[in-house]
Amino acid sequence: MTILIKNGRLVDPASDRDERVDILIKGDSVEKIGKKLSGAGAERIIDAEGLVVAPGLIDVHTHLREPGFEWKETIRTGTMAAAKGGFTSVVCMANTDPVNDNKAVTEYIMERARAQGVVRVFPCGAVTKGLKGEDLSEMGEMHASGAVAISDDGKSVGNAQLFLKAMEYAHLFNLAIICHCEEETLSHGFVHEGHASLLSGLDPVPSLAEEIVARRDIALAAYVNSPVHLTHISTAGTVRIVREEKARFPKVTADTCPHYFTLTEEATLAYDTSTKVNPPLRSAADVAAIKEGLRDATIDMIATDHAPHDAISKDVEFNLASSGISGLETALALSLALVEEGVLDLKSLLRKMTANPARLLNLPFGQVVAGAPADLIIFSDKAEWTVDKDAFLSKGKNTPFHGMKVRGKNLMTIVAGRIVYTDPEFK
Amino acid sequence: MNWIHKDLLGVRDLSREEILFLLDTADSFRDISRRDIKKVPTLRGKTIITLFYEPSTRTRVSFEIAAKRLSADTINISTSSSSVVKGETLSDMGRNLQSMRPDVIVIRHNMPGAPHLLSKILDCSIINAGDGAHEHPTQALLDLFTMREKKETLDGLKIAIVGDIAHSRVARSNIFALKKFNTEITCCAPPTMIPPGLEELGVSVTDRLGEAVVDKDVIMMLRIQKERGGTSYIPSIREYSSFYCLSEEHVGLARKDVIIMHPGPMNRGVEISDRVADGAFSVILDQVENGVAVRMAVLYLLSGGES
Repeated sequence: MTILIKNGRLVDPASDRDERVDILIKGDSVEKIGKKLSGAGAERIIDAEGLVVAPGLIDVHTHLREPGFEWKETIRTGTMAAAKGGFTSVVCMANTDPVNDNKAVTEYIMERARAQGVVRVFPCGAVTKGLKGEDLSEMGEMHASGAVAISDDGKSVGNAQLFLKAMEYAHLFNLAIICHCEEETLSHGFVHEGHASLLSGLDPVPSLAEEIVARRDIALAAYVNSPVHLTHISTAGTVRIVREEKARFPKVTADTCPHYFTLTEEATLAYDTSTKVNPPLRSAADVAAIKEGLRDATIDMIATDHAPHDAISKDVEFNLASSGISGLETALALSLALVEEGVLDLKSLLRKMTANPARLLNLPFGQVVAGAPADLIIFSDKAEWTVDKDAFLSKGKNTPFHGMKVRGKNLMTIVAGRIVYTDPEFK
Repeated sequence: MNWIHKDLLGVRDLSREEILFLLDTADSFRDISRRDIKKVPTLRGKTIITLFYEPSTRTRVSFEIAAKRLSADTINISTSSSSVVKGETLSDMGRNLQSMRPDVIVIRHNMPGAPHLLSKILDCSIINAGDGAHEHPTQALLDLFTMREKKETLDGLKIAIVGDIAHSRVARSNIFALKKFNTEITCCAPPTMIPPGLEELGVSVTDRLGEAVVDKDVIMMLRIQKERGGTSYIPSIREYSSFYCLSEEHVGLARKDVIIMHPGPMNRGVEISDRVADGAFSVILDQVENGVAVRMAVLYLLSGGES
């Protein structure tokens, strides 16, 4: 199919472009970018007047729950949610059942993604078999089957020696190493230690639990000169650590999630389980530090940590509720608030959601240039809407943002030259 | 004053005026328990369920007696006899109970926020009878009632709260309530039992019992919460008692008319010596008696009564 997108504001961080141009898509790639391109021969002409055209967003951290937890999410529903949210590539974490720690599971995910997926799916394999932290998983075979990264997300690899070997070994296959930083012995709680735990009586999770492992994982990586990526960082201390360590060891990257710059621990005080997330929502000072980290590029990426759950997993006591937020369908709007607030300009924001994740994962996506795969989105950075969990395409309706008025809405998602999502109101 | 709250989930949600109104209401109920015929028809036809997910003697009996003296029908459910053992969730349990149309559910639970969960999904009144380390509002109200009874006014009181502050819902509720009055509160515990950021609540903190009690009008002792992991915060109960057991010498450092309080159950010889527990300054049994009056007032006000 040949598609011409006219009159849009193309913001492409990879090519450092922010200008009003037309984009011609032919087949699965971008054919031409230029002013006043002719629509002759185009099967579809889209008027993007007043709208932003950008590379499709890339999420380095989602949970698609398949195989094993299909009642929470499937590759089908998760990628539908991704497409609606403006994501054209997602990395799915290994904590499925069975765990994605061998090529059979990786192949299953890839096959399901080919058959059912709406956007591109890239599995993240487990670092250790069964996420048990004891033996290395077969990461080479998983890589050959399509895995782009490894992580024991949900916890840290407690055994430092083992993690060191994992980093060295993963280098063979250029696999990104994604660290969930949490010292288990310091982290038996449910909310941020301080104001939230003090008032609620809920067991605390100190910032230290994240920071001590962030410091350790970077030290391990530096020791073997391995790239290392810290995911969903949430505290002022971690931001400071990443900033300091990056100056010495530039192979460190980090991401945070929209909830860590949108909400504070205050949101947990009503025991609303939709605010239960790991790491927990932090203090106002942490939120300010996260924003500063995004602004000065200490934090390279914004990921969703999309963690869909069924209703019953959240309709219980706060202690017993599953952790996580269904985030794919709100991430763009919540992140665009950073632009409105003046934390980031639009190009810098999009860099953290396109070009930077693509570089971490060695993917040829996250850019809109002639010859590149046609993965792109058209969104309004002005459209106002109200988050409605019941309108989510994800099976996971678990969001603390239900009812919140937000600004900025994805209107169309194109993956490999095919339109995979169109907002009902976008003509 | 009209009572506007459907539930009593915590004292943090109450204003100073509402607390005083509640204490005044309790005052008017106290005589009933001292009569020969200890029953009034005030809540006749009302159904009150006590739902206890944690062991309790004092609080459960106190609520039940309070309800019965007001002529309400009471049903007691504890985890051993409920469908909790069959894996039913709290929400489902609540919805099922609601279908039988109770007027009030009194819940004790080991997890903070459990009463709030019920409150969100049920129409009947919910009373928090203790939720984990969060709040125990009727305990704080009966403590304030006792302090006011003995000291006439709450304003100006200097109070020491001693023990496992971090895991204590009694400490939290008392601090929340007392800070609505012009009181000075000193919290005392080993550093491991002081929750981070405690000063945010407007209290001062010391780890020396000998300092904490000086010039105090009220000394409130708390027990070690063994069921909340309290013992892993100290080397041993024996060592704890050698530094934090309230003795007569400590009492001697306080105001001459100090009162000694304890929410119970006491661990004699651990946080409080026999001689202090049974001594002239102890008001521990008055607290228990006042608990019935306070709970009568709470049940009455939540059931739609007005003073």
